Amino acid sequence: MTNGLLGKKLGMTQLYDAEGRLVPVTVIEAGPCRVAAVRTRDRQGYDAVQLTFGEVAERKLTKAELGHLKKQQIPASRHLREFKKLGDAQVGQVLKADLFQKGEWVDVEGVSKGKGFQGVMKRHNYRGGPETHGSMFHRAPGSIGSSSYPSRVWKGKTLPGHMGSERVTIQRLKVIETRPEENLLFVSGAVPGATGGLLAVRKSKKG
Amino acid sequence: MNRLERIQRSLTKKTAPSFEIGDTVRVHVKVVEGEKERIQVFEGTVISRKGGRNSETFTVRKISYGVGVERIFPVHSPIVTKVDVVRQGKVRRAKLYYLRGRKGKMAKVGEREFSQESKGQAVAAAAKAAAESASAEAASAGKA
Repeated sequence: MTNGLLGKKLGMTQLYDAEGRLVPVTVIEAGPCRVAAVRTRDRQGYDAVQLTFGEVAERKLTKAELGHLKKQQIPASRHLREFKKLGDAQVGQVLKADLFQKGEWVDVEGVSKGKGFQGVMKRHNYRGGPETHGSMFHRAPGSIGSSSYPSRVWKGKTLPGHMGSERVTIQRLKVIETRPEENLLFVSGAVPGATGGLLAVRKSKKG
Repeated sequence: MNRLERIQRSLTKKTAPSFEIGDTVRVHVKVVEGEKERIQVFEGTVISRKGGRNSETFTVRKISYGVGVERIFPVHSPIVTKVDVVRQGKVRRAKLYYLRGRKGKMAKVGEREFSQESKGQAVAAAAKAAAESASAEAASAGKA
């Protein structure tokens, strides 16, 4: 077993909980994932399982990838990712969405939507300047440091640049409902990335 | 989006209430007061229907002690137990927001001759059939 699964974001909707309250949820197609390899402390120095997810045409994989999967008689799959190992795990074992129960907390990791090259107002929440009243300072970053000391720009100074398309984890989202027979998880709130994006759903670190 | 649509359809009520814009309806709302649960009725004119699938809502407007009151109900909410059509209205638009600025007789919707198989009911029946086929499909997909 593992502490998580790979999944696909199907989009957002809403549903009613037991008390009849409306909850915004993200629908995640979690699994089925196959165990493609087991890392052990003796051989690799750490414990983990490698999971596969998603179908793909064999011609789209490299020989190395195909060979790795064929060795374990696992069908061609699009994604491979390592997860923590909990308890026993055999190669070829299939893990499904029933790993998660209703009411549990999960962490969801994904790649956020790309925003392109953005200025400091959008990227770092700078306040900007007045739009009117003769102001000629609107969205620029302004001063980026002092003169004689340090005579350079500090490392890590927040400036315009590429925003989004980065790994983001949202911690402690509640599993509102599960449909293991359809591989579906309904998780409260939003998760990173666009519809159709790859997600890693793990048992919550913060419990 | 197709997969999500099917899921959203599966989250709708099996028998959604059928009514149209302009109808005077009695909405039976479940109210929880501490331990007890009771049904409260809100009667008024349906002035809009918004959204689709499981997030569809409708707005009911009534005049209470001379003050206009509007409530927005989700069609598929478990607290909306029943919607009775008291009177069918004769209207020519989908949103009756023009009623908000009017008073007295001007704020009334004309009555339409009662028809059992109204347009709304036909649509509801079609939606129900679609939901059933969707759930059947989902079940077969689950098995596979």
